[in-house]
Amino acid sequence: MAENRSVAPGRSGDADEFVRMEDVVKIFGDVVAVQSVNLVVHRHEIFALLGSSGSGKSTLLRMLAGFEAPTSGRIYLDNEDITDLAPYRRPVNMMFQSYALFPHMSVEANVAFGLKQEGVPRNEIHERVFEALDLVQMAGYSRRKPHQLSGGQQQRVALARSLVKRPKLLLLDEPMSALDKQIRQKTQIELVKILEQVGVTCVMVTHDQDEAMTMADRLAVMTEGQIVQCGMPQEVYAFPNSRFVAGFIGSTNLFTGTIVVDEPDHVLIESDELARPLYVNHGVSEPLGMQVHVSIRPEQIRVARAQPEAESNWSRGVVSHVAWMGSHARYQLRLDSGAMVEAAVPSLVLAHADAPGLDDEVFISWSSDSATVLAS
Amino acid sequence: MKKPSLGRWLPKPRHLAIVPPFVWLALFLLLPFLLVLKISFADLQFGIPPYTPLAQVRDETLSLSLHLRSYALLFTDSLYIATYLNSVKMAAITTVCCALMGYPMAYYIARSRPGVRNVLLLAVILPFWTSLLLRVYAWVGILRNDGLLNSVLLSLGIIDAPLEIYRTDLAVYIGLVYAYLPFFILPLYANLVKLDLRLLEAAYDLGARPWQAFLRVTLPLSLPGVIAGAMLVFIPTVGEYVIPEMLGGADTLMMGRVMWTEFFNNTDWPMAAAVTCAMVTLLLVPLVLFQYSQVRQMEMRGRND
Repeated sequence: MAENRSVAPGRSGDADEFVRMEDVVKIFGDVVAVQSVNLVVHRHEIFALLGSSGSGKSTLLRMLAGFEAPTSGRIYLDNEDITDLAPYRRPVNMMFQSYALFPHMSVEANVAFGLKQEGVPRNEIHERVFEALDLVQMAGYSRRKPHQLSGGQQQRVALARSLVKRPKLLLLDEPMSALDKQIRQKTQIELVKILEQVGVTCVMVTHDQDEAMTMADRLAVMTEGQIVQCGMPQEVYAFPNSRFVAGFIGSTNLFTGTIVVDEPDHVLIESDELARPLYVNHGVSEPLGMQVHVSIRPEQIRVARAQPEAESNWSRGVVSHVAWMGSHARYQLRLDSGAMVEAAVPSLVLAHADAPGLDDEVFISWSSDSATVLAS
Repeated sequence: MKKPSLGRWLPKPRHLAIVPPFVWLALFLLLPFLLVLKISFADLQFGIPPYTPLAQVRDETLSLSLHLRSYALLFTDSLYIATYLNSVKMAAITTVCCALMGYPMAYYIARSRPGVRNVLLLAVILPFWTSLLLRVYAWVGILRNDGLLNSVLLSLGIIDAPLEIYRTDLAVYIGLVYAYLPFFILPLYANLVKLDLRLLEAAYDLGARPWQAFLRVTLPLSLPGVIAGAMLVFIPTVGEYVIPEMLGGADTLMMGRVMWTEFFNNTDWPMAAAVTCAMVTLLLVPLVLFQYSQVRQMEMRGRND
């Protein structure tokens, strides 16, 4: 638990714990889908489980919904042990990946389904259904059948259906995966606005790091059934704790080197891939002489024609590819050592400088606070 | 503005593709039916064929004679009306029994693991590898007063006197349900196996217990399969001849038997033809309903894609 406790709370500013998973393990036959996960989600927070397929993130979500029972471990929701509760008894609702709207029912009947099961009086059902449909701006479509709606409209109805019962916990399973790329970003922001308006605690599963960064207050990166890092998106992006996380959250350049100077306020790392040593302006826990990995984000790499004057933190290379992205240009550079480096150069910088072109000799450099030292 | 032109009425090459099935249906369905329809409006006579011709030229006069005797008899003789009602009743009860027994079976097969599923499906289809006649004979052996069922029950001391099942309506029901159950299971299975299980999870998630999810999601979505199965059982059962003949008593009135009697015992071809025409009309109604539901289902699926 300790590693999660140190993490700052979400934007609600309210740190009380709402969902707690304790040593949760799930084994299917001889496959370990989830191994010993400890996780705390705070009240009113949007929490993202981020990982590629097979990382165990969906299994974790299905255990929160009650569709899978953990092999061992306990799950608590609002201080209540829900581990053995059937899905229809949990105050938890889920928006399914492809929405799973009932095809034989109208939009209104889909949203009313959960309230009817609860035995809510008829006029209250009507009121709450339209309240929920208003929230997602779908009230005008109440008589339509799901197949008469676009993907985005179906998603709104699915959201209304999962919110209408006022669940304590909302689960989103790959909420944007069935939408076109163009409308994804807009929908992500709208969805967050609706969730904040309702004030529901939300756990979402996604394989898309942009989606997790855009929507989540905090996220957990999963691989091979384990949480490898948990924290706020900007925190995880800036301070990844492993090569896996550094590569998974955004793109990065990784160098392998050895610590040659280990001081409390700085370290020097020599890498065969770089012409000059890496100077990092903070101490690290790894000992002298240890082989470490260093991650430098593409946007932190400067590209210039002139050789830097500093003793460290630069290398020489040749431009092998330039991709114009509009706001910036992505440079692929081949260093003298043969290592490939990616650099994102802002368009404004490019316009002022004498922009290097294909096959030009260039120097890359970075500041001493932009490198992250990774032991694994 | 469309110009009237001959081209509109000439077949386009792509329309030629549907000519073979049309020719087939015309030759083997429409033509025989028209012949039967013709015979149903004839009168009895001795000779070959044993009915009067429809059109005759005598003394330079073409006379068309439509005899309504058979139809008049059909609607006035209580035997025929009772037979129709009884046939429909027996077919309906058979269909309901098939649905009650077939739904759980189809559901179980559809929810089994794929390996088990194929074995179970094979078990449903397997009886078709033996002739229906043989299978019905086997039922005679089981249900007779001195048959397998009664000997077992007597030797176990459950009953003192043999049960009179053979040659009763009950025996006919047993035979009909046995013979037509696969026709209900197979289309329903094909429907149930396609059901998106996430819909059930969504129902549980929204607070439905498993039986509520079944009633509100699985059952309504499987209705097209139920209708297809019911039609495949109901329609052939109405005209069934072999099973009531072999298992039923003398008082088991079914259309197939009446037709047989009129045709072979009474040599009353026009009457047999009239009974047939009436039965076809009777069966057309459920057939049209069946077709309608199929088309609607296909339209739904088309819009979903």
